Order: sequence, then C-alpha cells, then structure tokens
Amino acid sequence: MSSPSDMNTGDVVELAAKEAAQQDVPDHHVTDVALKPAFFDWLCRMGDTTLILGHRTSEWCGHGPALEEDIAQANIALDLIGHTQMWLGLAAEVEDEGRTADTLAYLRDAMKFRNLLLVELPKGDMAVTIMRQFLFDAWHHDYLGKLTGSSSPRVAEIAAKALKEVTYHLERSSDLVVRLGDGTDASRRRMQDALELLWPYTGEMFVSDEVDRAIAEAGIAPLVEDLHADWTETVTEILKEATLELPSGTAYAQKGGRTGRHTEHLGFVLAEMQFLQRAYPGASW
Amino acid sequence: MYAQMVESEGNRGDLTAQERAFQDRIDAGEKIEPKEWMPEGYRKTLIRQMGQHAHSEIVGQLPEGNWITRAPTLERKAILLAKVQDEAGHGLYLYSAAETLGVTRDELFEALHSGKMKYSSIFNYPTLTWADMGAVGWLVDGAAIMNQVPLQRTSYGPYSRAMIRICKEESFHQRQGYAIMMKMAAGTPEQKEMAQDALNRFWYPALMMFGPSDKDSVHSEQSMAWKIKMNTNDELRQKFVNETVPQAELLGLTVPDENLTYDEQTGDYSFSEPDWAEFFEVIKGNGPCNRERLQARRDAWSEGEWFRDGLTAYAEKSAKRRAAAALAAE
Repeated sequence: MSSPSDMNTGDVVELAAKEAAQQDVPDHHVTDVALKPAFFDWLCRMGDTTLILGHRTSEWCGHGPALEEDIAQANIALDLIGHTQMWLGLAAEVEDEGRTADTLAYLRDAMKFRNLLLVELPKGDMAVTIMRQFLFDAWHHDYLGKLTGSSSPRVAEIAAKALKEVTYHLERSSDLVVRLGDGTDASRRRMQDALELLWPYTGEMFVSDEVDRAIAEAGIAPLVEDLHADWTETVTEILKEATLELPSGTAYAQKGGRTGRHTEHLGFVLAEMQFLQRAYPGASW
Repeated sequence: MYAQMVESEGNRGDLTAQERAFQDRIDAGEKIEPKEWMPEGYRKTLIRQMGQHAHSEIVGQLPEGNWITRAPTLERKAILLAKVQDEAGHGLYLYSAAETLGVTRDELFEALHSGKMKYSSIFNYPTLTWADMGAVGWLVDGAAIMNQVPLQRTSYGPYSRAMIRICKEESFHQRQGYAIMMKMAAGTPEQKEMAQDALNRFWYPALMMFGPSDKDSVHSEQSMAWKIKMNTNDELRQKFVNETVPQAELLGLTVPDENLTYDEQTGDYSFSEPDWAEFFEVIKGNGPCNRERLQARRDAWSEGEWFRDGLTAYAEKSAKRRAAAALAAE
C-alpha cells in the first residue's frame, strides 16, 4: 500500500491518470451488439493479415541474403506479430465469448481466416518477399493513417501505434524496390517477375463488401476503394524510379481471402503454425 | 564453447623486446586496440577465435529458427524470433570486431562455407520438440555465458566491448529458456516428458561445448597468457555443472548422469565425462546435422548473391549519377 504522500506526488497522480485513460478508453463500438458481427470480422481481417504476413516474413530468419537483411526481416515480422496481438485481442474483446488473440490465431481453420490472399502466398525469393512487402506497405500505411482518425478510439489507438512502425516498413521496402529494380539485369528481372506474379492479388485490397460498408457507416474505417488512387500513385512513382514496368492491362483480381476463401497455401501455414495447440489441446505454454 | 579448440599461434619461447612490451601491457590489464602493434600470432589466433564465435552465432540461428513458425503462442513466437534475431546481431558485432584485425566478413564466410573454419559443435544437434527451445536457452546459452562473462575482460578492445553487449542479451536468453522449461516441467505429462527428453539429449552436448579436458588441450597456455582465453575448459565446465544441477532439481527434472554426486567439502559436483569420441566425430563433420546446417548457410549465401550484387550495382550507379550531377552543376 502506497503511503499518502506517495499518492499525492504530482507525477504519480499524472501517471496513474494516464495509465487509467489508456486502459479504459470509452468506446461504444466495442459493446455495440448490432455492429458486433461486422466489427469482429473486420478486426479479424486486420489481425489475420498481419499474422500471416508476419509468419511468412519470419520464415527468413537465419536464411537472409545478408546479416543486415536477416535482422531487418525479423524486425518486420516482430512488428507484425505485435500488431496481430492488438487487432486479434480487440476482436476477441468485441466478440466477448471468452476467446483470446491466441485462440483466434491458433484454433480457427482456414475458412475462418480473413487475411488478404496476397500475404499467404509463399515467401518465394527475396524479390517476391520485398515486392509483396512494398505492395502491401503502400496500402497498409495509407489505411492505418486514415484509421488514426477512426470513430473507434480503440481502433485509432492501435492504428497510431502500428503506423509508426509501418511508416518505416514502407520507407524500407520502397527503397529496396528502387535499388533492386535499378540494380543489375538479374535483380531487375527478378523484381519484374515478382511484380507480375503478385499483381493479380493486389485488387482484393480495394474491394469493399457489406462488412466494410457497415464499418464505414459506423465511421470506424474508410471504404477501401477510397485508398486506390493514392496507392496507385505511390506504386506507379516507385516502380518508375525502379525502372520496372507496371503490369499491362487490368489483371483479373484474385479475391476471397477476406471472406474465408483462400489459396491452397494457407492450409499448410496453419498446419505448421497451429501444430502444438492442436496436438496438445488445453496445454499451457 | 562457441569457440572450441582454437589453435594458438604463439611462440612461448624467447620474446623479442617488442613482444615483451606487448605482453607487459596485457599483464597490466591494458586493452589492445586495432591500430596498435600486435604479434602476428595474436592477430591470427584472435581472427580464428572471433570468427568461430561469429559463425557459431549465425549457425546457431538455425536450430532455434526451426521452431519459429511452430511456436505455440503469439508471445512465444515473438520472444523466440527476437532471440534468434539477437543471435544474428551478435554475429554482426563479432564479424565487425574481427574486421578490425584485417579480415573481411566475406572472407570469413568463405572460410565457413568451405569448411576451413568451424562453429560450435552444439549446433549440429537437432531440435525435436518445443522443449528444446527451453533446453537450448537454458543449457546452451547457459554454457556460453560461462565463457563469455570472463571474456568481457579479454585483452582485445573491440572483442571485449562486443562481449559486454552480447552478455547482456545472453543472460536474458538463458532466463527465457529456463522460463520455457518451467512451464513445460509444470505442465501436462506430455510436456514434462518433452522437457526431460530435451534435458537428456542436450546435457552431454552442452558439456562438450567447453572443449576437451585441459590435459588434452594443447592451445590453452598461450591464449591464456594473451588473455583471449580467460579460464581453462575444465574450470568452466565444473562451474556450469555446479550452477545447472540445482536448476534441474528445481524443475523436478533428472540430470542423465548416474555418477552425479555432490562433494560437501569442495562444493563441486563430480560428474561423468561426455563421450569425447562423439565430440571429435561432430567436429569432423559427422554430427547429426552438420551437413544440413552448413548447406543452409551456403544456400542462404549463394541464393542471396543476386540481391547483394543488385544493391552494390545500384550504389555504384547512384554514386556515378551524383558525380555527374555535381560536374554538371559546376
């Protein structure tokens, strides 16, 4: 028990107030029953996307092309796992059925996952990894920026924390796309191939459905269509500097990840990721 | 240890005046810095030792990296990833410190990939269950700390400073390993079985990390005079056993040694020697994972060549562009 003089020390009172404010941000969306299904789904879309990309990125650990790159990839993966804990943690809270970020990550099957298809594709070579990171970062950065003004203080708070890290992710992936695109013939060819491979999976980032519309109506997030113009501008500019060519024509957009229809790859990611939780139900780690 | 059986190049016979003065500085506890004169043998021995240590850090990423994608919770995944990332960072400090002795990182990699330079024998053992993430942190990092703590006082300045940073992180690693063991040992019967099995498999390989017994260790004397080896192999092994046995007891696990006894008088445990024939086979390349570990490093390097070349080419192009722009501006 703190003594009264301690309790009255100015900075302690201030710190306690600050702490309380952080823990208890009043957010009526979190307890809004009508909004619950859409809000839960949307939070899973955010958290599953960072979870699966973080998982893919972590596959590089120990196998990077240079020590500095190995360390950087691990950093990005760590940031994304951190974002996952926040998004899925809030999803579990909104759902209010006793699940946690961990049980959502480790005990749902593929059809319940809501991540973008783009992030579940195999890591490929460094060109695929970096090009994917860039195409995703350009969208993620813009989206998080808008989410900092969300009508949900909890969402805005997570977005603000994540944005600091994602600003660096985008800076880094843009820089590497330029350097490798405008590097050697071999590095340029690999980056161009990676771009062609990934391009059909970018369309999904900009297609709203009824979940997005419900979330937009509640003022929680903008419609993803609204991100398309800025994203195209960023991507066009960087690819030009990288001497890479924007894939010709409009590739048919592969989609379905955000509603639970995935590529064949996700099942294997989950089989690996969820192995211990599935093999030893109820154990504590 | 992370550097095992490092061949020492010194001449313990008559010292020249310059060598005598160098030895006096070391005896007085002074640090030797990169641009100062040093005997060629000191430089070569240090390159060997620091290089082997650096290689051990990056090869050491592999057995634990093996479980990053299977870590059982988000928090465990983040902690393990951060730990393996730290090891890459330790590799980076040590390669950089070795570069101050006039060898490049690429040359050291080349020596690792060709098999000319070694890394610690411990990383040639497989990690088979999640409990191994606990055992590696607890026993392997625990054994490494025994050697690395005194190396903070080593005579070569850059090595000493690298070790100070590394030790801070290693002690955290050991504690996270022990935390996993505590969870497993107190968990379900299957988890406890995994924990005991991990201890059974890693106990003797951990004892081997300190290298063969002093009576068979031919290079210790010169390295100890130069303060690049601070304690004998047997001293460190004894210290490790003394500290680790009570930790195993606390976990409720059994150290796999029937001859383990405690001597009240000396405060030391007496224990069985590891199988040194196995150790020498592992050193020769015949351990359970030698080929896979080395191949993984070679693959990372060769598959990353286009990436490194691309960045180099861009840096050269952009330097030329800047020079041309500066010229045009004149």
